[in-house]
Amino acid sequence: MTASLSSELARAEQRYRHFRTFKDKLFRFVMTAGGLTVIGALLTIFVFLVYVVLPLFQSAGMTQLGVIPLAGPAPVRLDLAEHGDTAFALGGDASYRFFEISTGKSLLEGRLTPPETILTALNDSTRSARTIAASFGHGKVLLASPQYRETFVGAQRTMTPALAYPLGPDPVQAVPKGKTIVAIAAEANDDGATIAALANDRMLYLTNYVKVASLLDGEQHVESTQVALKVMSDDVSFMTLNESQQALYVISKKGLVSFFDIHDKNLPRLTEVQVLAPDAQVTAVEFLSGGTSLLIGDSLGKITQWFPIRDQNNRHQLTQIRTFAISNQPVALIVPEFFRKGFAAIDSAGALGLFHTTAERTVYLQKGFLATAPSAAALSPRGDALILLNAHQTLARYDVQNRYPEVSWHSLWGRVWYEGRRAPEFIWQSSSSSNDFEPKFSLTPLAFGTLKATVYAMFFAIPVAVLGAIYTAYFMNAGLRRYVKPSIEIMAALPTVILGFLAGLWLAPLIELRLLGFLGATFLMPLAIFGVAWVWSRLPAWARQRLPQGTEVILLVPLVCGVLWVAMNVSQPLEQLWFGGNLPRWLGQTLGITFDQRNSLVVGIAMGFAVIPNIYSISEDAIFGVPHHLSVGSLALGATSWQTLTRVVLLTASPGIFSGIVIGLGRAVGETMIVLMATGNTPIMDLNIFQGFRALSANIAVEMPESALNSSHYRILFLAALVLFGVTFLFNTVAEIVRQRLRSRYGNL
Amino acid sequence: MRTNFQQWVASGSPWIWMTAGGVSLSLVMVFGLLFLIAANGLGYFWPGKVAAITVQGSADTQEVLLGEIADRETVSATRVRESGAKVPAGIDTVERFLIKVGNRDMGHPDFRWVAETEIKKIEYPPGVIVAERTEWGNFYGFLSELRDGGRPLPGASLAAKITQCMARSDALKAEIKQLERIDVGHINAGLERLRLRTRALGKIEASTARDEIAAKRESLEAEFAVLSDRLTRLRKDAQRDTLVLETSSGQFKDIPFDHLVRVFHPNAMSWAEKVVHYVQKVHEFTTDEPREANTEGGVFPAIFGTVLMVMVMSIMVTPFGVIAAIYLREYAAPGLLTSAIRIAVNNLAGVPSVVFGVFGFGFFVYFLGGSVDRLFFAAKLPAPTFGTPGLLWSAITLALLTVPVVIVSTEEGLARIPRAIREGSLALGATKAETLWRTIIPMATPAIMTGLILAIARAAGEVAPLMMVGVVKLAPSLPLDGEFPFFHLDRKFMHLGFHIYDVGFQSPNVEAARPIVYATAFLLVVIIVALNLTAVQIRNRLREKYHAADH
Repeated sequence: MTASLSSELARAEQRYRHFRTFKDKLFRFVMTAGGLTVIGALLTIFVFLVYVVLPLFQSAGMTQLGVIPLAGPAPVRLDLAEHGDTAFALGGDASYRFFEISTGKSLLEGRLTPPETILTALNDSTRSARTIAASFGHGKVLLASPQYRETFVGAQRTMTPALAYPLGPDPVQAVPKGKTIVAIAAEANDDGATIAALANDRMLYLTNYVKVASLLDGEQHVESTQVALKVMSDDVSFMTLNESQQALYVISKKGLVSFFDIHDKNLPRLTEVQVLAPDAQVTAVEFLSGGTSLLIGDSLGKITQWFPIRDQNNRHQLTQIRTFAISNQPVALIVPEFFRKGFAAIDSAGALGLFHTTAERTVYLQKGFLATAPSAAALSPRGDALILLNAHQTLARYDVQNRYPEVSWHSLWGRVWYEGRRAPEFIWQSSSSSNDFEPKFSLTPLAFGTLKATVYAMFFAIPVAVLGAIYTAYFMNAGLRRYVKPSIEIMAALPTVILGFLAGLWLAPLIELRLLGFLGATFLMPLAIFGVAWVWSRLPAWARQRLPQGTEVILLVPLVCGVLWVAMNVSQPLEQLWFGGNLPRWLGQTLGITFDQRNSLVVGIAMGFAVIPNIYSISEDAIFGVPHHLSVGSLALGATSWQTLTRVVLLTASPGIFSGIVIGLGRAVGETMIVLMATGNTPIMDLNIFQGFRALSANIAVEMPESALNSSHYRILFLAALVLFGVTFLFNTVAEIVRQRLRSRYGNL
Repeated sequence: MRTNFQQWVASGSPWIWMTAGGVSLSLVMVFGLLFLIAANGLGYFWPGKVAAITVQGSADTQEVLLGEIADRETVSATRVRESGAKVPAGIDTVERFLIKVGNRDMGHPDFRWVAETEIKKIEYPPGVIVAERTEWGNFYGFLSELRDGGRPLPGASLAAKITQCMARSDALKAEIKQLERIDVGHINAGLERLRLRTRALGKIEASTARDEIAAKRESLEAEFAVLSDRLTRLRKDAQRDTLVLETSSGQFKDIPFDHLVRVFHPNAMSWAEKVVHYVQKVHEFTTDEPREANTEGGVFPAIFGTVLMVMVMSIMVTPFGVIAAIYLREYAAPGLLTSAIRIAVNNLAGVPSVVFGVFGFGFFVYFLGGSVDRLFFAAKLPAPTFGTPGLLWSAITLALLTVPVVIVSTEEGLARIPRAIREGSLALGATKAETLWRTIIPMATPAIMTGLILAIARAAGEVAPLMMVGVVKLAPSLPLDGEFPFFHLDRKFMHLGFHIYDVGFQSPNVEAARPIVYATAFLLVVIIVALNLTAVQIRNRLREKYHAADH
């Protein structure tokens, strides 16, 4: 009985012990799993940022999707629709065909003109406007443009291609009767068209067509004007007109470019430039999207980018911007993209390259991509599909994985020569209302802005915080310290949006009005303190003893208020006296220093305010933690308390002060709301303290919600965030390691 | 013991004073800032006197401005002359006044600078009426008459009648609001559910289901017609009475009572009346919705949004932060890896908040939110449910942002618990889990609380990440309401900090917005300073307690 009970008890105890062990293990498991989850989640931040940023730096790829044979005459011009699924081919016999690219199935077939006519000349393509100009003898030209209309029924997309005739289906007379056209360049838009036609007698006829709505019946008709020009070179091999119909280039085989500025269609202005070395020949010419830059391919396998820039006489001069090399074989084809500033190029040996001009980047280069050079090629508007017509009359179709060509180390951090600019510059301008806009993704001005904010903030914060920390830790009365330290530390908790708001709406106007007072107070404050200290030291001993040691602050707080009050109040009268009543304007007019209301001085003070508590708190801890016997020993050996401080205490605590400053630096670098609210947020690079800037953090906050998912812009903003993350993490780690070393040293002392 | 100047400098004494100057400047800045916010934020609610200022215009014209003096500053004569005011020669500086003249709908800006030299006289006429309106801001004027459906009411005791009319229109407005908010909202929610059900049916020819939906829709629409009819009548009724005010330049303005928020005579008010007015205004500020593009009215939705977001965040951050801290301190094998993790966690607290915002935007909103939508809310697509910034994502992002704070604080608390307690418990045969659960964690509770409070304080003040993951300037509905599922984590919300940024920097009329921004800033500062002081208190008490336990 007793035995069974005790064995029962023992079993129960056993079970309970098992249960407790199980609970212990469960607890351990939950804690470990939970802890690792949190650490993992925090690690995810870094991983995810990198994951989003990485695709920016991947090189492009090409995958062949299929080959379809083409029936009929060899196409002389190809074109691709938006999604790269429908293609257009114009044959050498003026027949055209729209077809499905994957199957070769015809969607629409036809001819530009009746069968008996022969296509005698065709314009050099300008792809983004898709205007085809064809000549059929008799000096007549027909403009045509392939159109792809997409209609949606639910998610079902239907493609209805059509050929549009901007000047009507009948050819127009582009050169006088009896002359033959040897080269054409033409562009058309909704308002009209321009045709430049070179006749066999080296006369160039520039005809401008404007659509005019008649006042009487509102019906549209076309009015035309024509000018004739003599072309000097006898070996014209290319002629192109840009999309906006304002620049016409006639290019000879030897590389003489005649640039006609035709802003005024009746008064073309000619400038000529030799673009090639003597031994090279022009083999391909295309416009970059937007029609500002000219791409010239030569027989040495080089492609050069040129665009007109204004010189001192306000004349446009065609200038060489940059060069890309594909191989040492002649460039056979240049295929520009529709919207981005990139292009594909193929040399006569079949090497294929993808390039981007802004980024100065060779995104993809494959020697021997094709056995021979293709005779025609087309890129889809999205830049993700390429078709090439090779010698065997087959059409090869490629999927192009080239999503972020505009990003390179150079375009992010270096000086880039953007279209229309006089020189390479650092510019951040991520969006614009215009379609032909060249995105300017230079992070340099933003990083500069961040740095500028940090430097000015540190100028203000370090002296105040470190001096304050020294006094609080070493001199201040212990009773006072108990209140003073938390008061200053609570500043760190103030939401920065409040500091930003006060900086932008209170401090900035105040500084604009009382600039002299603010600048004056910087000098006046130390002088006044110095003066008071001197006077104090001359006072009789009984007066000095009224104030216990370590409470000088009680005397100085009213003094600081007083100095500030005086500085604010004498500011305006003195400005009236010395600076014509308005110092900011005086600065601009006399010294040429621009003054913005929301400027770096404002940010320096506001952000300084935000980082003072960080620096103060850590430095104070470090100084206060210096072992007591060190300072007491020094004092006992006869050193004054100042000597003890500078030679013993500060030396020992200096790593702590350093780590405080580094942590403050980290906070200033990433601070967002203050810089967002207290600066004008214009990305300029100027050290002037009276001008604003745009910081990385503020830029992210403003532009992130507007950026399109997975666009280059989106990923570049992630990169900016990653940079901030990296910099602050590095700063904090350095500070933390220094602090831990210091702590163990204090422990050993 | 007098010394000469050189000795004095050599002794280092001036430098000591200089260091004291650093502390003094910091203190002046902290308290100056708090004072600035408090003075401006609290002063906003006080009914200021309305002055009638006679201003000498060009030539011999005179003009009487009726308004409150909002600001004054002394500036150089040149600046005043540049702004167009006349200043006689020989004067260096001039004081100028910013007058809030209101009456924005009368064709002039509602703020105006007047230089001292232009002012002929300032009076405070007792009959001035300030009419706070739902649109166009304040109206300053004198009572002309009171109309009831177009008929002027007889002259005697108009003041009492104003009160009656106000009470009547307030009651009507409350009824309208109730109908619009609750009943119309209910019908709209019902219609939306029906729309989604129809979409979910897709092309299936389930005629009974379709009929049922159609019948329900019809009944809801009929209900709506009745309601909207009633609303129209109520609105018309609310417009019956009008107040006619005369401006200082002799123009008349008819203001229907349903456009009025409050009517008062600031110059004739007694001190007690002013206090009552003050309390009413504070109450309005904390419990009402914003008006006039957020520049007037209250900030209730912003308070609500901030509190709710912080609560959701706390629910997430506390357990995870505590578990991570316990893991790091009690379970992880001490070594290089653990201390590296500890440093990394520590440093994450110093990573800029905007980086967390970017992460939240990319990871939670697009990545997680997009997946959740595809899995559970496919019927609503392409309209996103969770694939767009909202309350939940904001709370999670801020939880990530603040989890290091909780971890660090909890770890510190765990480290402070004397070894003896731990060892005692183990020696008595308790398992590690029991030791932790029964002794260590309860003893660390104050540290956990401190961490949580600090996390809340930080979260309540953060704005930059929220701009990407969920705040809006004006949310149409609160994230908590009477519609199923009552608690709408997917909704966007308003936030006090963002309110400050938005009203102060995005509103077209900065002068008019400034007071409410100060008031909002004051509210936020009070909340955050109070939270921080509490945390400091708890921490101090904790330190003393274990200090005692150590010896």
